[in-house]
Amino acid sequence: MSNAVMENSPAVPAEIATFTATLILRRFDPDKDAEPYWQDFDVVMQGTDRVLDALHKIKWEQDGSLSFRRSCAHGVCGSDAMRINGKNRLACKTLIKDLDISKPIYIEAIKGLPLEKDLIVNMDPFLESFKAVNPFLMAGSVPKDGKERKQSPIERARYDDTTKCILCAACTSSCPVFWTDGQYFGPAAIVNAHRFIFDSRDEGSQVRLDILNDKEGVWRCRTTFNCTDACPRGIEVTKAIAEVKQAILRGKS
Amino acid sequence: MIIRKEGSLLPQNPPDTLASKPLSTPKISFPRRPAGTLYRGREGMWSWVMHRITGVAIYFFLLVHILDTSLVRLSPESYNAVISSYKTPIMGLGEIALVAAIGLHALNGLRIILIDFWSVGTKHQRLMFYIVIGLWIVLLAGFVPRQLMHIFGGAA
Repeated sequence: MSNAVMENSPAVPAEIATFTATLILRRFDPDKDAEPYWQDFDVVMQGTDRVLDALHKIKWEQDGSLSFRRSCAHGVCGSDAMRINGKNRLACKTLIKDLDISKPIYIEAIKGLPLEKDLIVNMDPFLESFKAVNPFLMAGSVPKDGKERKQSPIERARYDDTTKCILCAACTSSCPVFWTDGQYFGPAAIVNAHRFIFDSRDEGSQVRLDILNDKEGVWRCRTTFNCTDACPRGIEVTKAIAEVKQAILRGKS
Repeated sequence: MIIRKEGSLLPQNPPDTLASKPLSTPKISFPRRPAGTLYRGREGMWSWVMHRITGVAIYFFLLVHILDTSLVRLSPESYNAVISSYKTPIMGLGEIALVAAIGLHALNGLRIILIDFWSVGTKHQRLMFYIVIGLWIVLLAGFVPRQLMHIFGGAA
């Protein structure tokens, strides 16, 4: 019976409400431009569209020269961190309807890292400081049973928050200290150090604490909480940094 | 939409019309803000900005303050001359700015100590910011009217 109904009235999907959003992108082509400049685009969007969909529409239908990074498009790979209306966000996790669409949406590259083209920055300084904190399990001893390093759920929960990092650089490039002092390790590196410092299986926490007890280490943090606000995974970044500070002062707890 | 033509699948539209025309010709806007937008940080960032500004301002005040106070050991007369030159309405307003800056720096300094050393400090930083602003306004409400009476109300 339901088939008969379907044959009589072919399913016409309801008209999906659309709206026009204006995006103002900060463009820069190192081969042509001396300075970055702003460029306006109008795109027709739906309520389910994200900023990344708008950028795709511009790139695919209006201006193919627009350059930006994205890979998974679902907030896992951390490629498309950018400054959206002055705040670091992932383009693939920001719905256009959640922004104020009566005003233009300003999109530009993240701050503090060398600009390469349009929305693409050179991530090398960011990744260098990530590498510098030894972001891997340091365990020299043989496990007790010779097989695996066991961990209780409570021990696992101790550092659960900082395992969520996707290295998108939204936190590090939101930090006013990092903008002016490129030597600062930055929130992301400290978060990834925290992930191993408080891991009960790890034996290298003192090495990492010594690295971060540097002039450019955790003591550069001025608790502006920009990183906590910017993190697309909801990591309490400033809290993690405060815990590393305490671990340096009083030992791991 | 795809139509079948002589056994092969062909797009109905010629390829050059597949991409829809842009809604508006992209126009290049002159950089109103050449250095990019200002980062829209929240309470934490603005408390840090205010802390830094008041800190630097207090530093320069202390520099002058130590110089004019140490003058009393060299020559009490010139010390008196310098201090009496401060008794102008402009310096009186400057004193209001000084108390406001020191009050904010001190209260926010306590907030930063709590963020660093209180185990749940980072969780309540936003609430603590508004408490700091509240206490600061109470402080100024007690001081500013009295100071204005001193400056403009003659000998009080």
